[in-house]
Amino acid sequence: MALLEVKDLKVRVEEREILHGLTLTVNEGEVHAIMGPNGSGKSTLSHVIAGKPGYEVTDGQILFKGEDLLEMDPEERAAKGVFLAFQYPVEIPGVATMNFLRTALNAQRKARGEDEYSTPDFLRKVREVSKSLNIPQDMLKRGVNVGFSGGEKKRNEVLQMALFEPSLCILDEMDSGLDIDALRIAADGVNALRSPKRAMVVITHYQRLLNYIVPDFVHVMSRGRVVKSGDKQLALELEESGYAQFEDAA
Amino acid sequence: MNVALVKTGDGRAVSDLFTSAEGRLPGSPAVAAVRRQAFETYERLGLPHRRIEEWKYTDLRALVGEVLPLAAAPGAAALSRAAEAVKAHAFAGAGKLVLVDGVFAADLSDVKALASEIGFTTLRETLEKQSGDLLATASTDAMISLNAAMATDGVVVSIADGAQLSAPIQIIHVATAASASAFTRSQLRIGKGVRATIIESFVAAGAAAYQVNDAVLVTIGDNADVAHIRLMDDAPDAVNITSEIVTVGANTKLNFFNMTTGGAVSRLQGFITLAGEGSELAVNGVNLLKKTEHGDTTLVVDHALPHCTSREIFRAVIDDRAHSVFQGRIIVRPDAQKTDGKMMTRALLLSDEAEADNKPELEIFADDVSCGHGATAGALDDSLLFYLRARGLPEKDAQALLIQAFVGEAIEQIADDDLREHVIGIAERWLERRS
Repeated sequence: MALLEVKDLKVRVEEREILHGLTLTVNEGEVHAIMGPNGSGKSTLSHVIAGKPGYEVTDGQILFKGEDLLEMDPEERAAKGVFLAFQYPVEIPGVATMNFLRTALNAQRKARGEDEYSTPDFLRKVREVSKSLNIPQDMLKRGVNVGFSGGEKKRNEVLQMALFEPSLCILDEMDSGLDIDALRIAADGVNALRSPKRAMVVITHYQRLLNYIVPDFVHVMSRGRVVKSGDKQLALELEESGYAQFEDAA
Repeated sequence: MNVALVKTGDGRAVSDLFTSAEGRLPGSPAVAAVRRQAFETYERLGLPHRRIEEWKYTDLRALVGEVLPLAAAPGAAALSRAAEAVKAHAFAGAGKLVLVDGVFAADLSDVKALASEIGFTTLRETLEKQSGDLLATASTDAMISLNAAMATDGVVVSIADGAQLSAPIQIIHVATAASASAFTRSQLRIGKGVRATIIESFVAAGAAAYQVNDAVLVTIGDNADVAHIRLMDDAPDAVNITSEIVTVGANTKLNFFNMTTGGAVSRLQGFITLAGEGSELAVNGVNLLKKTEHGDTTLVVDHALPHCTSREIFRAVIDDRAHSVFQGRIIVRPDAQKTDGKMMTRALLLSDEAEADNKPELEIFADDVSCGHGATAGALDDSLLFYLRARGLPEKDAQALLIQAFVGEAIEQIADDDLREHVIGIAERWLERRS
């Protein structure tokens, strides 16, 4: 069984159709890149998979481990193992990062019928992961993402990914707003999480990110559909030729 | 029928209230004369209504209608129920002073255990032995006048100059009598250089539909450092109108905090005068309201002398059809140069029918001051809610976390860790009742 099956998905936002029948299959252990110009529907796809309100699915389905994802609340999807790394992680003043991490992790574990993490185990785990991502401990005491740089916000997303151990990670434009050094640290963090049991969908406008997170498959989206799929060579071709050819094709 | 009640019934009902209670009101004949005069003032004004500017948003004629008869003095059964409530709401380590249905309850209080620098008596004793001074204030407010006329008891506390109190004093008002009123008036005289924490709690012990009218007269000497925390955690159908009249000396720090988490109609009206130079006042408040509750925080901060700062942070969380009112007036007298006064109020509306009214007023008569105010009102941010839910928090938990963060800015001004946790605990229980 595929981990994620998106079948002929049609999605509207405020009466305008954004996805016009998108199909995508992701198996365990695979890394898929979804590339495409602005407005092609890449972020819409990631939001619909994560369950963001405001999108109307008019046709098609999304199965996750064989279950109908569209019937689930966002928190249920998270507990089942879907993780969206946000393009723009929000700032939450007054909610300390550490408190947020523990509350979220334990909420997911509770939903799965697992025991909550003990405080020492949790702290050990956070320390270990944050060290590898170069996240200083004092950052964890501050409000979630409050006053974080672009790079720190993305590293905080990767930190959560490492803590929650999802089976599907969707990285929405992880490279936006990052300089090369920040990108490398975040990408190293993501690569460390690659595993035969975990799949990743990397959404990006630029080929650059794929030098760091090397995909198994590349899909080109244009005007709400996947118009071409291939291996990592496709990303390099796109770098040469641009998206214009696909805009015409779609 | 309602109109007729307001026109003719209002005054008469209250007259009955006073004459029928008069025999139970403590004090010498001189005190009785002060009470009658105060009552006449009240009767002339009647229950405050929307045409009285200070009560514009809290129309007691519409919201309350009538003042209920005086509660009977608590019997053994009432006191034993009150004891349970005191146990549940006591702050660990505090010296408790308990008033049950408007009467001081010595057996539930820790008078003997109070620090030696604390002088204690009751309003009842004071009025019986001395004059009616404690009933007199400069206020012309109808509810404060009614309080002077009807007050049955209260605590009279004086803290000697220089006292450094490690244990807080907690005044706990317990209501056990349904459909009855309690009128209390207390005095806190805090000496020079004192370091102290005062907590006032209003709670119910099984009582419903009761009314509280409390007034507290506070004076704080120079060079003191005082935290004054008020927790209005009444029964859902209670009415609680409380007035705090505070005078602050020079170079003193006062951290004043109020939280309302219950009551059909609640109002804290605080009148704080900075009467010495160089003092720092922080006034913070939280209203947590649901169903059809009405919560009003009205603050008048009077900068009488130069070089004082005042900071007001107010947060309201309003669910269902509840209504929150914040009125903040900062007065800067002609002499009060170099005043630095700021207030910021924010309302979080959790339903389309929730209502927040906010009336900031700056009355500035000096020319070298820095004063400002700001206000916002809005719903929970959907993008924050989605972020938290996408991380696995159920919707109600995500809301609760954001609500806690929202009120946190006011609560975190409480310096003492244990006391802050105590207040957070009350807010958390409110959030649990909500979901």
